[in-house]
Amino acid sequence: MIEARALTKVFHDRKRGPIRAVDGVDFRCEPGRIFGLLGVNGAGKTTCLRLLATILRPTSGAAAVQGFDIVTEAEKVRASIGFLSTATALYGRLTAFEVVEYFGRLHGLEDNVLHPRIAALFQTLGMNEFRDRRCDRLSTGMKQKTSIARTLIHDPPVMIFDEPTLGLDVLTARTVLGFIRDCGQRGKTVIFSTHVMSEVEKLCDSIAIIHGGRILAAGSLEQLRARAGVERLEDIFIKVVEEHA
Amino acid sequence: MGIVYRKELRELLRDWRTIMSMIIVPVLVVPLLLLGVFKIVSLTMKATPEVMLLGGEGSPETVAALRRLDKFDLVPASADYTNLISTKKIRAAVEIPKDFDAAMGSERKATIRIYIYEGEPKSMLAAQQLQEFFQRRRDEMVRRRLLDRHLAETLVTPFEIKQTNVASPVQVTGVILGMILPYLMIVMCLTGAIYPSVDLTAGEKERGTLETLLTSPVARTHLVVGKGLVVLTTSLGTAALAISSNGLALALFNSGKFSKLPLTLDPLALAGVCVVMIPLAVFIASLTIAVGSFARSSKEANTYLQPMLLLAIIPAVIAALPGVEFNYGLAFIPVLNISLLSKEFLAGACHWGHILVVFGAMTIYAALAAAAAVAMFQRESVLFRT
Repeated sequence: MIEARALTKVFHDRKRGPIRAVDGVDFRCEPGRIFGLLGVNGAGKTTCLRLLATILRPTSGAAAVQGFDIVTEAEKVRASIGFLSTATALYGRLTAFEVVEYFGRLHGLEDNVLHPRIAALFQTLGMNEFRDRRCDRLSTGMKQKTSIARTLIHDPPVMIFDEPTLGLDVLTARTVLGFIRDCGQRGKTVIFSTHVMSEVEKLCDSIAIIHGGRILAAGSLEQLRARAGVERLEDIFIKVVEEHA
Repeated sequence: MGIVYRKELRELLRDWRTIMSMIIVPVLVVPLLLLGVFKIVSLTMKATPEVMLLGGEGSPETVAALRRLDKFDLVPASADYTNLISTKKIRAAVEIPKDFDAAMGSERKATIRIYIYEGEPKSMLAAQQLQEFFQRRRDEMVRRRLLDRHLAETLVTPFEIKQTNVASPVQVTGVILGMILPYLMIVMCLTGAIYPSVDLTAGEKERGTLETLLTSPVARTHLVVGKGLVVLTTSLGTAALAISSNGLALALFNSGKFSKLPLTLDPLALAGVCVVMIPLAVFIASLTIAVGSFARSSKEANTYLQPMLLLAIIPAVIAALPGVEFNYGLAFIPVLNISLLSKEFLAGACHWGHILVVFGAMTIYAALAAAAAVAMFQRESVLFRT
């Protein structure tokens, strides 16, 4: 479960002054459902997810992940999430196995739990072929699978995906999207940011349109269609953004 | 913290740049350079200088004695000897006046002139040898003349001046090593710290692994301490390797194959130097981590850290200068204080007051630098600077 209330993040830029990257955002993500954060580049998606992952601290407002406050219980929040984005790279000089093992240990897993879990994940994701290959020698698809294994090693109840298919080829993107759907089906709370409309249409149970740091509209695809009076998500998005321009 | 430490160290040791800065440079390059320098100096000093003999007609005895000395290659006279000396074609020229031997026999005053290139080491060495040669001949002549007149030698030499070394061989070695060893250790501590600290901080930002790491449930303080301990390990490791390999090179040089220096090192003093290097290494590790965390990229971090290397070398060089000794004012200047304290240890002195002040000052500096490193790692504006 994720709950955000009036979540706000202001950055201070010497030239441009204060920038409200996330501006009073409210939303709720339920277990077993995929929540899509849809917005153009610079809309505030990444900042919002970084706040939830406790990488950044909010300027005001609050949010809780699995009931843990993102400011006062940051370490418990991080122990409850799996965070995957194209910005979360892998250690090039470690093997796929070593990376996953390292993050398992950082999450406090003991060898008797960690190693069977690594074996199961590598089997499921088809990673045994390259388990001992250094990450800087892996293909993009292999790297993405390793990242997925890294996010899953501690079996978190909450998954946060920040534009996870950005820059990926069709086949790798498909693997990632399948993985996100699978997380939802397994009862995990999933929040997923993207600017690709088709991905949202395919995957998300609820959608929030974010623009200029604010959530302009939220609901299921059907609810958004009914409210905007248009069918295609792209048209809904443009109509919502233009209404608030 | 231990998990972070082990992983960071493993990853670093798989990088050829770490191997280069931590192992290849201190273990192979520096000792080879040192041996090379010793060898070149040794060969240069052993080479027989060419000295031009000017005049000497009618003085076969003096010229023959000079030839017998076998310390110079005596070359025939030439009018452009000053030019030859200043262009280093010959190292010196000695002018023996006409009928010098006869003048000495009849007790007339005569002047020997030595032409040199002042400041040029080989020329100065040749001049010194010529000076000594003629000094000995003059002394012998005086002694003979006194004997002929039945006069005592004490008439012209009422007393003698003799120097006696009261310092132990360990102390003598300490003074020599005190000028080299602390400098070498400080430079190697920095060499061993700079690349790893950049790689673990700005390098992580560049590669995008920092964000991955920040999503783990480990406290940022633990992350930065883990990284700092890795840099401390590489820093001290590099210094230890450098000292061992250079010590070996020196032992080889001193084994009789090249030359023989009166070197006797006190193991306790060496241990003392190693211990005082620890707070300095902590200070360096923390400072380089703080600077590396602040930088946007490895390139920017190196831009900040290279001047730091220079800033550290200058006090180390000042401490190595003869005559610069420990005082309580200098005890608060980082690097300089450690160098001077090490110099004292190696010279056989152990003042607890000095040790306490230096350790106290360095502990405070190291704590401040560590706090700065932790603070850098907490600041979003620093971690996400692009």
